[in-house]
Amino acid sequence: MSLLELSGVDKKFRGLHALSDVEMSVSEGEIVGVIGPNGAGKTTLFNVICGALKPDSGSVRFAGTDVTGRKPETIARRGMVRTFQLMRPFASMTVAENVSLAAQHHTRGAERLRDRAMEVVERVGLEEWAHRPATELPTAGLKRLELARALAARPRVLLLDEVLAGLLPAEREPVLDLLAELREQDGTTLVFIEHIMAAVMRLSDRVLVLDQGAVLATGTPDEVTADPRVIDAYLGEEPTPHADA
Amino acid sequence: MTDTAVESRREARSAGPAPPLRPQNRQFAVLAVLVLLAIPLPLILPSAQGAVAVRILIFLIMAVGWNIMSGFGGMFSFGHAAYFGLGAYTSAYLLVEHGVSPWVGMAAGMVVAAAVAMVIGYFSFRYDLKGAYFALATFAFAEMLRLVTTSSDAVNGAVGYQVPLIQGSSVWQMQFPAGSPAYFWIALVLAGGAVALSILFRHSPAGRYVVAIRDDELAAASVGAPVMRHKLLTVALSGAITAVAGAFYTQYYLFIDPQLAFGSSVSIEAIVTAVIGGIGTIWGPVVGAVIVGSLADVTATLLATPPEFLSFLQGRSGLDVILYAVMLILIVRLMPKGIFGTLADKFSERRRR
Amino acid sequence: MTATIDTDAPETRAPSATLAVLKRAGVVGALVAAAIAVALIQSGSGIVVWQSVVTGLLTGGLYGLIAMGLTLIFGVLDIVNFAHGALLAVAMFLSFGVVQATGLHPYLTMLVTVPALFLVGVLVHRGLLSGSGGATLENQLLITLGLSLLLENGLLLFFGAEPKNVGLPGETHLDVFGAVVAGSRLYAFAGAVALGLVLYWMLQHTRLGTAIRAVASNGPGAELVGINVRRIHTLTFAIGAACAGAAAALAVPLLSVTPTLGEQFNITAFVVVVLGGMGNVVGALVGGLLIGLVEQLTTIYLDGQSSLLGVFVVFVLVLFLRPQGLFGRRT
Ligand SMILES: Nc1ncnc2c1ncn2[C@@H]1O[C@H](COP(=O)(O)OP(=O)(O)OP(=O)(O)O)[C@@H](O)[C@H]1O
Ligand SMILES: [Mg+2]
Repeated sequence: MSLLELSGVDKKFRGLHALSDVEMSVSEGEIVGVIGPNGAGKTTLFNVICGALKPDSGSVRFAGTDVTGRKPETIARRGMVRTFQLMRPFASMTVAENVSLAAQHHTRGAERLRDRAMEVVERVGLEEWAHRPATELPTAGLKRLELARALAARPRVLLLDEVLAGLLPAEREPVLDLLAELREQDGTTLVFIEHIMAAVMRLSDRVLVLDQGAVLATGTPDEVTADPRVIDAYLGEEPTPHADA
Repeated sequence: MTDTAVESRREARSAGPAPPLRPQNRQFAVLAVLVLLAIPLPLILPSAQGAVAVRILIFLIMAVGWNIMSGFGGMFSFGHAAYFGLGAYTSAYLLVEHGVSPWVGMAAGMVVAAAVAMVIGYFSFRYDLKGAYFALATFAFAEMLRLVTTSSDAVNGAVGYQVPLIQGSSVWQMQFPAGSPAYFWIALVLAGGAVALSILFRHSPAGRYVVAIRDDELAAASVGAPVMRHKLLTVALSGAITAVAGAFYTQYYLFIDPQLAFGSSVSIEAIVTAVIGGIGTIWGPVVGAVIVGSLADVTATLLATPPEFLSFLQGRSGLDVILYAVMLILIVRLMPKGIFGTLADKFSERRRR
Repeated sequence: MTATIDTDAPETRAPSATLAVLKRAGVVGALVAAAIAVALIQSGSGIVVWQSVVTGLLTGGLYGLIAMGLTLIFGVLDIVNFAHGALLAVAMFLSFGVVQATGLHPYLTMLVTVPALFLVGVLVHRGLLSGSGGATLENQLLITLGLSLLLENGLLLFFGAEPKNVGLPGETHLDVFGAVVAGSRLYAFAGAVALGLVLYWMLQHTRLGTAIRAVASNGPGAELVGINVRRIHTLTFAIGAACAGAAAALAVPLLSVTPTLGEQFNITAFVVVVLGGMGNVVGALVGGLLIGLVEQLTTIYLDGQSSLLGVFVVFVLVLFLRPQGLFGRRT
């Protein structure tokens, strides 16, 4: 049985059909890459999954229960945690405080909370920033902070929105290693939005391609990259999704 | 991350000292020292200054209350007069109409204020009122309470309540001879309690959630911070503390009416005190209260015997408010973190270098 | 990436079409008619209700006039100007002073109050509100709050609290189908409507108006097409203040001039602004009329209650249920 399951998810912004009839299913322990051109609706998909937006219709099921339209905090506490593409640190806090806040709902006591937070901070390699204001972090640091905060919340499913964007190639490696390790060691299920194809190819078990709000294709990385419709979409030509349906 | 990479970066940049695990301990210690230092004040100060000291403490309680909601919580209230007034009226009503002790009245006032704050808060949050709209809504509720009390015979309308005088003094009735140091000590206990509560709250898991929600509501919710519950908790606590100030005010000045209780100047005093001292800090309200609370007295003395060039102002009123208005504008423009907040920043920056 | 719209933000509502606005105007009209009908039943006297309606509308015109400046400032600069009432009080004192000193007709003091308040507006915006220190909403609230305290208490300090009165030369009372109306009220109302039209025309048909509307709807975009946004902000703030100057000259024969008179108008003006939709000049005029009516009807419905209570009830309902105002759309 799948851990996360979307069926018939639809979302409109004014006239814009941001998500149309999206079906998606993620099994426990899987790593799923989500790709698609800019404005395809990837972030909107995460917003709907995590309760930041209510879908107009359709349902989101997580671990066997319907979580459609539930509050973001409820969904996060059940184990589905996301990061933000445009980083949203708690501006008045240090890096460590940002992280420990996310651990608060499952860890009590100042010492244990600090230890948990520092563990995560070290895991993403931010230890020398730990006690500095989060706003002083450079972009790459903020991306890691997003990751650290989500990890500290103990996710069963981790939804990552372009955590590699803005990182130098050398900075990407450790993050990719960490993601792989998350699955191996912690058994975390990953859904990640990414534009950097090399990373998608390397990490994903399965790839879901979104275009103009609709699922254009799903399959293994190799299947998807060989799909002519996907190539079309990425070349920026007017896709003809129904031509061969 | 390889160990060597980490090591080399450690050398390149110092991480700075880790903050204390429980910063509240130091703050409690400072508070204890301040309270101890303040205890002998009413015995030392001349009685006029004693009254100023009591007023400072009342301002302090109000500013602490406002700061919890608007500083820590970031929900800018323009209507804290509502909670001050509810504290004042609940205790006055229970005392005058039913002979209930002001202490019990104070507790009842806290409950009423907290409940009203939660109702107002619930609707404001439910309908997603933010920023200016929220400020205007809180203002409207305070004004409505003022108008309703003014025209309700059940609470003496525009006349308000006079606290019945008793013979001698009684702690249970919270009444002492005029100028008695007991008023100051009671206010000190209440204000100290308010500050202690704000320290406790700020460093509790709930308080940290509240600050995170202020910083970024969606980000906080996305790591599991229950938003609505914590906002309601914040406004309730804030309202309850402000109600204490109202209840004590009534006992101290022995009189309350709708304008004194619910007038917009009450809300403004709470705001200005907290902002001048330092919004969102523990000690800001303390600093602000000392300044704003004593300003009226300083200007009154100044205007009673003005220096030559100000002689035309003799006997006029308004100068104290002008001074704190100027101070408010200058502080917002030049040091938006307030006097305490700015100094604290300077200090911690220096220590990091 | 930072320049793109924050797509993580919660959604926005769909815009409503002109038809919807018309429909809502119909609903509002029906509500008003119903409210008047209830008042008729309650008081049982047609002439009392008619007098209330006329008084309400005339006073409401004045509210609308005061609120126009406020709503303009809010719509374009996103500033909630708590000092608007205090600016009105300053203008009133100015008008009073000019009448005292020169014996000028009160309405003609507009020749002084409007430019003076315009100048004050320029100074306040340049000196206090623009630039980084005035950036956040809270800071702007606090600065304008401080300014209002400063102005009001400055007036108090220098002129004292005794009310001052300016009579209208040749004041008459007119009979409007049975309702008695002071001439000064009627003139003020006419002036309010005229000024509202001038302002509307200026916004719709002049270069400056076009620039103001461009800045209001999209600041960065306006900057790109070569509009000096900071200058437009200053001008708008000054025009908003000048509206208070005009309102002061029109209202000075009607009111007792006191340092704190602005307070009460401030409250009403905010209600009117929210009711009409923040930034909507015509909405402000309509909102003003409605609030004038609500005030008068409240005194019929709730005997002994302050007329302001009804105003606040309406205010809270609008804030919660239609924060975009009766005619605005959510942005
Ligand atoms: N809150 C919103 N209100 C209105 N429109 C929105 C909102 N959020 C997203 N959109 C629109 O929906 C479409 C999909 O946006 P989304 O952010 O989901 O794209 P994306 O696939 O994440 O793009 P990118 O790769 O640039 O991050 C875009 O056209 C965007 O402008
Ligand atoms: Mg995106």
